[in-house]
Amino acid sequence: MIEVRDLRREFRISEKAGFLRRAHRTVAAVDGVSFDVAAGEAVGYVGPNGAGKSTTIKMLTGILVPTSGTVRVSGVDPSRQRKELARRIGVVFGQRSQLWWDLPLADSFELLKAIYRVSGPDFAKRLAECADLLELGPFLTTPVRQLSLGQRMRGEVTAALLHAPDLLVLDEPTIGLDLESKERLREFLAELNTRRGTTLLLTTHDLDDIQRLCPRLVVIDHGTVLADGPLADLSAEVSPERVLVVDLDVAVEPLADLPGVVSVRTELGGRRQHLAFRRDVTTAAALIAAVAARAEVHDLSVVEPEIDDVVRTLYARRHADRSVGNVGVPHDSR
Amino acid sequence: MVAGTATNVVFGLLRVAVLLAALGSTASGRIAGYDVAATVTYVWLGQGLLAFVVLWGDSALANRIRSGDVVVDLYRPWDLQTALLAEDLGRAAYCAVTRLVPPVVVGALLFPFRWPAPERWPVFVVSAVLAVLVSFGMRFLVNASTFWLLDNRGVVALHGVGTGILCGLNVPLDFFPEWARFALWFTPMPAIMQSPIDVFIGHGSLWLVVGHQVFWAAALFGVGKVVLARAVRKVVVQGG
Repeated sequence: MIEVRDLRREFRISEKAGFLRRAHRTVAAVDGVSFDVAAGEAVGYVGPNGAGKSTTIKMLTGILVPTSGTVRVSGVDPSRQRKELARRIGVVFGQRSQLWWDLPLADSFELLKAIYRVSGPDFAKRLAECADLLELGPFLTTPVRQLSLGQRMRGEVTAALLHAPDLLVLDEPTIGLDLESKERLREFLAELNTRRGTTLLLTTHDLDDIQRLCPRLVVIDHGTVLADGPLADLSAEVSPERVLVVDLDVAVEPLADLPGVVSVRTELGGRRQHLAFRRDVTTAAALIAAVAARAEVHDLSVVEPEIDDVVRTLYARRHADRSVGNVGVPHDSR
Repeated sequence: MVAGTATNVVFGLLRVAVLLAALGSTASGRIAGYDVAATVTYVWLGQGLLAFVVLWGDSALANRIRSGDVVVDLYRPWDLQTALLAEDLGRAAYCAVTRLVPPVVVGALLFPFRWPAPERWPVFVVSAVLAVLVSFGMRFLVNASTFWLLDNRGVVALHGVGTGILCGLNVPLDFFPEWARFALWFTPMPAIMQSPIDVFIGHGSLWLVVGHQVFWAAALFGVGKVVLARAVRKVVVQGG
């Protein structure tokens, strides 16, 4: 569905260098990015502000021409065949609107029907489906300017789906939404991906979006891909440790000597212990058995590393690599 | 809309008073072929065309370029320039009824007005539509300059001053000295306002006037197309 090879985009930046002089320097916002997305996948494209996410999205949608490298989306070259591409993909920019500000939502949809040349029955069917799942009914006749952000985003997503695209690109779709609206939108997108097989590519800063929607994650920073793979693999790679939290009936000494345990933090005078253990050395089950042999266990839980931590560690690791001048980090060689 | 029309009418009264005073001060009662009826018709038709051709320019596209919202317009499966033109023709059709007709009716009721011969009406309609096309071509270029300048207010101001004087709003272009009128033929300016007025009151050669409009409508649209293509390839669309 998406094929990106050695994608690079440079910008020329002017800086004040004197009273009238300007110095120019070239900055690569996207610097040798390669990845593929197969049909039906749901991929999260994450990275800090300025990492090159939006620049990549703009090149994928044909709005920006790459400096070098190749992009193919849905079988076409985006910047050359932008019109053709627009018919095949849907795009939602969380911070922009493709609806007509002064028109009722329903009228915006009618206009899009004409622009995308959607047939009457198809349009009616798709709109009814989205209206039903996203509960658009109550505000279909309200001018877009009067909609709440949550309502508008539901309208935006519908607008992007009326021509039944194979690929839906979402640039920060949940930005600024409240928890309930976010959840509703995620649920809808997950359904779209699993039921209809629509490929999803989304950029976000909200890692719950990823957790909920994207089995695969592409992490980008400073224009290069830091990591690419299933979330579970990434977290295993970044932090191979899990934490077993046990609540004991009676306080005991820190259980630091159990096999596989790397570190222990105690609470409540030793009645609650956080045992960090390596998954490659022991299993949670074995560790629980070992703990139970020592003390009466009242309650326990295994804590997965937070996705935020995983991503933060990835960023940090990269910066550490940079600061020591180590350019040969594994992901640069992609 | 009502406020706009009322303003057009009030300014029409002022302009008629000024120009008729100028005519009255001459021995013959005419200036450059304009008698009282032609002057009255020129003023009121001009007041109506003002909004119909958006003489002062608009900044909708410039604002979208500035804010970066133009990305939304660019990924739609349409030709942006043609889409904007379609929108502008729709706007003009609405303005024809709400803004063009009322000042003309006021002028015709209150002053000695000169209606065109019946066979000139279709030519006037064509010329008026061409005026919108030429004006659109100019406005599109003024707006598109934002792709490079980021702030096109200077261009807009220059455009506004230029159109006011050179399109034939302030005084008929026939009042200009010979060399200036000759020079203006090499610009699209007369095509935006003076041309449909000339067709209406029967000044000049029909074919020359309309041919000049056709040339500029096509030329500006073509240049606009090239400029947009360049903008999209070379220029950075603003904002994350």
